[in-house]
Amino acid sequence: MTLEAGSSLKTGSGTGTSSIGSLFKALNSGTTTSRQIVESCLNAIDQRDGSIGAFLHIDRERALQAAEASDLRRSTGEVRGPLDGLPISIKDAICEAGQPATCASRILEGYVSPYSATVIDRLHAAGAIPLGRVNLDEFAMGSSSENSAYQLTHNPWDLTRTPGGSSSGSAASVAARMVPGSLGSDTGGSIRQPASLCGIVGLKPTYGRVSRYGLVAFASSLEQIGPFSLDVFGAAALLQTIAGHDPHDSTCVNTPAEDYLQTLDTPLADLRIGVPKEYFGEGLDPEVQNIVEEALAVYSQHGAKLIPVELPHSKYSVATYYIIAPSEASSNLARFDGIHYGYRSPNFTDLESLYAASRGEGFGPEVKRRIMLGTYALSAGYADKYYVKALQIRRLIRHDFDAAFQQCDVIAGPVTPTPAFRLGELTDDPLAMYLSDIYTIAANLAGIPAISIPAGWTASGLPVGLQLQGPVFTESRLLRAARMLEIDRPWIDRLPPAAGG
Amino acid sequence: MKYDVIIGLEVHAQLQTKTKIFCGCATDFTPDAPNIRTCPVCLGLPGALPVLNRRAFEMAVKAALGLRCQIAHFTKWDRKQYFYPDLPKGYQISQYDLPFSHSGLMEIPADPEVAGAEGLTRKVRIIRAHLEDDAGKNIHDESGRGSESQVDLNRAGTPLVEIVTEPDLRSPKEARMLLEEIRLLLLYFGVSDCNMQEGNLRCDANINLHLHHDSGITTKTPIVEIKNLNSFRFLEQACEYEVSRQLKTYGHLEEIADRTKRTFGYDPQRGVTIEQRSKEEAADYRYFPDPDLVPVIVTADQIQLWQADLPERPQDRRQRYQTELGLSPYDAGVIIEQGRAFADFFEQIVAHGAESKQASNWITQEIQRILNERKCSIGEFPVSAELVGTILRKVSDKQLTLKAAREALDALVSYSEENTVSQETLEKVIQERGLSIVQNDELLLNIIQQVIQKNPKPVADYLGGKQAAAGSLLGQVMREARGADPQLVKSLVTQALDALKSGNS
Repeated sequence: MTLEAGSSLKTGSGTGTSSIGSLFKALNSGTTTSRQIVESCLNAIDQRDGSIGAFLHIDRERALQAAEASDLRRSTGEVRGPLDGLPISIKDAICEAGQPATCASRILEGYVSPYSATVIDRLHAAGAIPLGRVNLDEFAMGSSSENSAYQLTHNPWDLTRTPGGSSSGSAASVAARMVPGSLGSDTGGSIRQPASLCGIVGLKPTYGRVSRYGLVAFASSLEQIGPFSLDVFGAAALLQTIAGHDPHDSTCVNTPAEDYLQTLDTPLADLRIGVPKEYFGEGLDPEVQNIVEEALAVYSQHGAKLIPVELPHSKYSVATYYIIAPSEASSNLARFDGIHYGYRSPNFTDLESLYAASRGEGFGPEVKRRIMLGTYALSAGYADKYYVKALQIRRLIRHDFDAAFQQCDVIAGPVTPTPAFRLGELTDDPLAMYLSDIYTIAANLAGIPAISIPAGWTASGLPVGLQLQGPVFTESRLLRAARMLEIDRPWIDRLPPAAGG
Repeated sequence: MKYDVIIGLEVHAQLQTKTKIFCGCATDFTPDAPNIRTCPVCLGLPGALPVLNRRAFEMAVKAALGLRCQIAHFTKWDRKQYFYPDLPKGYQISQYDLPFSHSGLMEIPADPEVAGAEGLTRKVRIIRAHLEDDAGKNIHDESGRGSESQVDLNRAGTPLVEIVTEPDLRSPKEARMLLEEIRLLLLYFGVSDCNMQEGNLRCDANINLHLHHDSGITTKTPIVEIKNLNSFRFLEQACEYEVSRQLKTYGHLEEIADRTKRTFGYDPQRGVTIEQRSKEEAADYRYFPDPDLVPVIVTADQIQLWQADLPERPQDRRQRYQTELGLSPYDAGVIIEQGRAFADFFEQIVAHGAESKQASNWITQEIQRILNERKCSIGEFPVSAELVGTILRKVSDKQLTLKAAREALDALVSYSEENTVSQETLEKVIQERGLSIVQNDELLLNIIQQVIQKNPKPVADYLGGKQAAAGSLLGQVMREARGADPQLVKSLVTQALDALKSGNS
């Protein structure tokens, strides 16, 4: 395993933590311990999270104990893998036994999950240390952290700006070097968009690659849990730890997870990169376009062929998504009714008013908006016009990708139309906010894997990501392609101001 | 005015799987406390996902094949959405437009009181049978002091099969008979215990009338769905009440403007149906495919395997008892109604040599009497079907009288309390108690009388003073009454002939 490009290790005060790849190396060479790593993360959180606002809950003692257990394993030669001893932050929508799982919603305030998500069990089995619960847009609905019922999360590159969302805390906690990696979820771009806006790696796996058991459902047919990391190595290590069949999730595919690390450093020869014209049209910030095109030029220099492809139905992606996702959400969120767990309003006189008041007071405005959209779209007399129609378009979008992948190995383009926008800038314009997912949504509709990697920085110092999408179950290809850019143009030494950069 | 009663049923039966339909929780309903047969999945906790229990699916297919349904090659799961405290997910996982089975048929004898139906068979088409998960139970404070209601989710997630019929039933009695037949089928197939008191079998009835006015105009009354009927009697009574209510309400109307379907409940105490929700509150369940579950694909080969593995339907058995075993429809019905173990026992008795009519009498009378006395089921009957068969074979072989056979059975039953009962035990009992037909004067005398009647010549010879003539009569009696004690036969024959002699003189 070679980890030279871009790896550095600064465990001294002030710089926070480092990449998973470099920490793994340092642990192996004995220059650091898991305890030291966890302590440096906790220090960084103490120093920085006041201004970043990524964490909702931290379990220090447990993390330190887990670190000591990991160090003990290492001393007896029982290391469980590349994540052993490394702290990982967890989006507060992924359940862990004994930990809160608020989904950044009032309606789950004080709720403690009695069971763990499959991905959490797998992290523990791999020796990784879930360090804290990080912020999100309420129930993963949003693109900015502004829909969190508890706090705003700020972009470590510019505290006045959004880190993106909905996995806001995951991206910000990694970008600010408070943890080396994180687990988030991606329903329409909720991993890739914040990864792009925060200058880190974020991967949305193929639908069915990773178990959803224990991920509080927003839109079941679209979402996947996936990794955030400073480096591609970390994303690969996290993915291969959490991926694979799970008997608790029947939509999880019954094929063994691959060893993504094994092939990671082998560049892809004769790579054919599809460049859809639909991703470079109106609405795309020129600076973002330049940065993405420069990244594509790097691939050309390494022998990749850039091939124009068409995704003719991509213009319907946002509309399709905003029928299907709210429809599923309206159903998935019905269980938050004030009866069985979570918030119950004191303001009720009968069963119906108990439901109305508990849900009315417990959910935030964006969640309510989507529940209403979805309820409408599934109503008698409207379902055929909206929900069923959207399913038909979804199929066409899938066919677009099938056709495009006849010509190319990966599809490249921007992750978001603009770099991080200012907090508060789009809060009054939900439609404009929805459009920030315009390039990411199609991958969820098609169920294909996609990765966001840092492609460059704007003149004002905001990161811009490159998105690579592949056919189903080509995570290995995407990671190798990402690694090619990482080797050529390492990004890890560039620190955000909030991390001392 | 003439009118037709139109009834269709929706029958819900809990499948007797060991575990729930979408999680691994046990389905026993006598747990000591509420909410202990639960897990994140059936509690509907955030993040939990359902996974289909294959066994539940196979059991449901078995039931559907019993109903002569077609099994779909592709079936999927849909969410039926509504809010209720006993429904922790806020939706029920059910099947909407692509149920796993459809187009079945059940037959019952038509109600002879329906005009023109006497002696006919009522063919009731089954629209579909589909699978879904059951809700929990709300427990309300009945003291009237208004304390909190509670929710018990032990039952939540139990597999339910819902059977929907066409409105082919023509009287409340037919509705009851169909439900009874469905219950028998599910019991015989071992897919449901059909315990109606526990709510493991319950039924909704859709009912309306076609009124044929003297003017020649026919009007249809609005369909009423009577929900949650949990006994055969309530089903029949509720339908009867509803017929009279609809006649009273609509009988005089040649035009009914509002024919919206309405939902009623049945109050068995008052014997009336009561409207539950009006059309303004009619539910929109917003069905859509459950994205957490993958569709089920069933191959033709698989269906063939299931079909081949199917037990005999109770309806077919009842028919077979009449055509092959010569039982009356009544006797066949009585045996079938007692359940599969009972019918199996009957067939084993026959298989071990009993004459079928005799076996039928015995199982419905002697054995049933003993079961009642001992308050036990056929499975706990202490004497094997083989032994009962042997006893009855001895009756048809004229080795035992019916009376002696009864005594032998009773003796075996009491003997069984301390010992195991075997073929040897039976022989011992017969011998010890002298039950053998040869020692039974009455039957032996019968034989002797017959022999005397059939042989006037030797009898006349004997009566004429030829003592030796008795010898041939003696031989015949011995041949008829196999194994009889020759001394006894000799003295009885002599007695009989002497009686004739004195009678003649």
